[in-house]
Amino acid sequence: MSYYKTTYAGWRKGKDRTAFILVCLFSLIAMFPLFFILWDVVSKGYKNFNLRLFTEITPSSMDAMLARMNGEPIPGGILNGITGTVLIVGMAIFFSVFLGLFIGIYLADNRGKRFAAVVSYLTDLLQGMPSIVIGIIAYAWVVKPLGGYSALAGSVALTVMMLPMIVRSTEETLKMLPAAYKEAGLALGSSYTTVVFRILIPSGFGGIFTGILLAVSRVMGETAPLMLTALGASVVNWKILEPTSAIPLLIWDFYNDPNLVDLIWSSSLFLLIVIFLLNWIAKIVARKWKV
Amino acid sequence: MESVKIANGKSPVLQLKDLSVSYSPGSYAVNRVTTDIYPNTITAIMGPSGCGKSTLLRAINRMHDLYPHIKTTGEIILKGKNVLAMDPMEVRRMAGMVFQQPNPFPTMSIYDNVLAGYRLNGIRLKKREKDEIVVHSLQSVGLWDEVKDVMTKRGSFLSGGQQQRLCIARALALNPEVLLMDEPTSALDPISTNKIEELLLQLKKDFTIIIVTHNMSQAARISDNSMFMYLGELVEHGNTTQMFTKPQNKRTEEYLTGVFG
Amino acid sequence: MEGRQLVGMKDKLFRILLFVAALVILLLAAGIIYALVSRSMEAFGEYGIRGFVANAEWDPRSATEEYGAFSFIVGTLYTAFFALLLCVPFSLAVALFNGEYFRGSKISSFVSSIVDLLAGIPSIVYGLWGFYTVRPIIIEMGVNAQGFGIFLSSVILAIMIIPYASSLSAEFLSMVPNKLKEGAYSLGATRLEVVQHISLPTAASGIVASFILALGRALGETMAVTMLIGNTNRIPQGLRDTGNTMASVIANQFGEADGLKLSALIAIGLLLFVITAIINLIAKMVMKKLARV
Repeated sequence: MSYYKTTYAGWRKGKDRTAFILVCLFSLIAMFPLFFILWDVVSKGYKNFNLRLFTEITPSSMDAMLARMNGEPIPGGILNGITGTVLIVGMAIFFSVFLGLFIGIYLADNRGKRFAAVVSYLTDLLQGMPSIVIGIIAYAWVVKPLGGYSALAGSVALTVMMLPMIVRSTEETLKMLPAAYKEAGLALGSSYTTVVFRILIPSGFGGIFTGILLAVSRVMGETAPLMLTALGASVVNWKILEPTSAIPLLIWDFYNDPNLVDLIWSSSLFLLIVIFLLNWIAKIVARKWKV
Repeated sequence: MESVKIANGKSPVLQLKDLSVSYSPGSYAVNRVTTDIYPNTITAIMGPSGCGKSTLLRAINRMHDLYPHIKTTGEIILKGKNVLAMDPMEVRRMAGMVFQQPNPFPTMSIYDNVLAGYRLNGIRLKKREKDEIVVHSLQSVGLWDEVKDVMTKRGSFLSGGQQQRLCIARALALNPEVLLMDEPTSALDPISTNKIEELLLQLKKDFTIIIVTHNMSQAARISDNSMFMYLGELVEHGNTTQMFTKPQNKRTEEYLTGVFG
Repeated sequence: MEGRQLVGMKDKLFRILLFVAALVILLLAAGIIYALVSRSMEAFGEYGIRGFVANAEWDPRSATEEYGAFSFIVGTLYTAFFALLLCVPFSLAVALFNGEYFRGSKISSFVSSIVDLLAGIPSIVYGLWGFYTVRPIIIEMGVNAQGFGIFLSSVILAIMIIPYASSLSAEFLSMVPNKLKEGAYSLGATRLEVVQHISLPTAASGIVASFILALGRALGETMAVTMLIGNTNRIPQGLRDTGNTMASVIANQFGEADGLKLSALIAIGLLLFVITAIINLIAKMVMKKLARV
């Protein structure tokens, strides 16, 4: 008993080929925006991309207007943004790495426990929080009590953003290490603490460090939470309790000021270079330190 | 080396002529194999691990096409047609395959699994035709009574042996000229293995079966003719009983007596 | 004896330290909810929760002060869902490219690197690009006179979420067991048929979950939307209209706000938080379904 019906082989192969072409075509189109954006940022930004960008602080609107009227290039740069980003992100790295590392270790070593499951769920919850809401939180926790905007508030916001990422990457990295590492260390008579710091973390260093780099590259470009916390400043500021600028904040300021608008592209170019560099380093570290 | 095979007085349904398969230039996983397979027989392909038996089997239904770095040369004649020159889709309808790991499709019901060959080939059947095929196929593998009440459920709750029989039913539903089986019982327990071996002895009345096996006792139990392969070469082939009692090649004898395995 | 006791104590202290660190997450979560809820009280007290959520009016003028979240909820849902719709064909294509057709090849690593870079671009840069390069195109297309609005925001949002939807989907597609695909091929199927009848159905829950997660991302997106949506505080009348999302209205008006207005904005933040949390929870539940198959 057999049913020899035509199987429309030609038609099916045609469909197969068409589907393949469509998949390739749409994937190609999906890649276009990256090239368009890069082209825009590079072609419009390279003109102002010079040493001044890194060494001078933002010009006042007045000075910029005068310069434009005289046909001169806008004076100034984004130094205050760079130092601000260094300060705010630096503090955030400090807070989130310390906390995140320990929490990650805890989660990796306490897998079955109820409490760990709750913490894990909440970590995911934090990860999904919109950045503007985190800004509101940092505003409520730091800006309001201190009575003003500050770099500290900004770093609290960024810490909350970075923390879940670092917890996850630490936890996943440690989980992937063979149990034999820990057991061998303990069998040699080492204390748990020593095993963690002398064996597990160094072995998992690649994954943990990559996680940190990726978290940093993620928050470097964040604007919204900083608008509500650090506010911005026109001078270089290292005092953590004062309003401070950051590169994305400056881009936002430039965007809103018709006199400074030309600077948006060079600052964006700078920001993109830093972010892509961090991503690239993260990839290299991940490859070199494969667990 | 060849001894007289069981042929049921018929001409071969499948002929391999100088068939070679290589994974990388210069090294051959299957080296110039020439043999005939006769209708309504069970032919066992046996040999130690890595001898090329699975590679040989998979060449017959053009599975190597999926991996562009694999090169196949020689001739495979199936029912008078040159397999290597045909449309692979047509080849695969003529040669059904059962794999080592049972692989019923988890997103389809048992009913749909049996008909999967038709569905995937875009063949539309009326409900009556579908029911007939399903009942007939499941009956021929002895599964009908066991699953007739749960046809709409997914097949994942079935035991390993039942899943494998479902896969056999799925392959048989397309009424293939030859059924290719790649170590079909090595993942199963002895009782299921036994059931399937009995099933194959039944099935050979209607089908032609080629079974790759690493278990020479299985070959001895169920096959009419056997092929012994070693390092890609066909060392000896012929009537199973003769091969086992009086192997013509020293290598064959060594394998059968367990000198190496 | 003493040495070992000291070590034992050190370990105990360390474990306590780890526990306390984990506790911090709990405190953070609790603190976040408390901060949002307590500061929303003023607005909810004034209008009632349902009243606030259903009110489309947003009038900050002191004489006629009235606040409601509805316009922004609509704006958020409009932009996010339309963005999701737009991104589906492209995300699926990339997912199939990387997870099925070219899985494991060099060109696949190239394509996924490019798409990953898209995820690394900050929101504000997307906003700039959207404003300066895409907006003129939108105006040319005749969508609306100024270019701003739901349509422009959704297009940019769609591009932003493609990497999230596609990379997770690609992973699920590549996890479809080879033996299933070989089984289908051995029955005579074409590649498309294997994808259609085997790969996609098997990976379905994972793919759906990744799109839900992408939706969650789109709901919370702030800067790009703020720059492109037109910032009008009313219910958008269709894709060509301008509006505001929950995130963009907060970004825009938080700076100078106080009193009832501030509370209203924070209440909107709370609503956004709840909505994204629910969406992410749904995604998680869908993914759990995958584990069962």
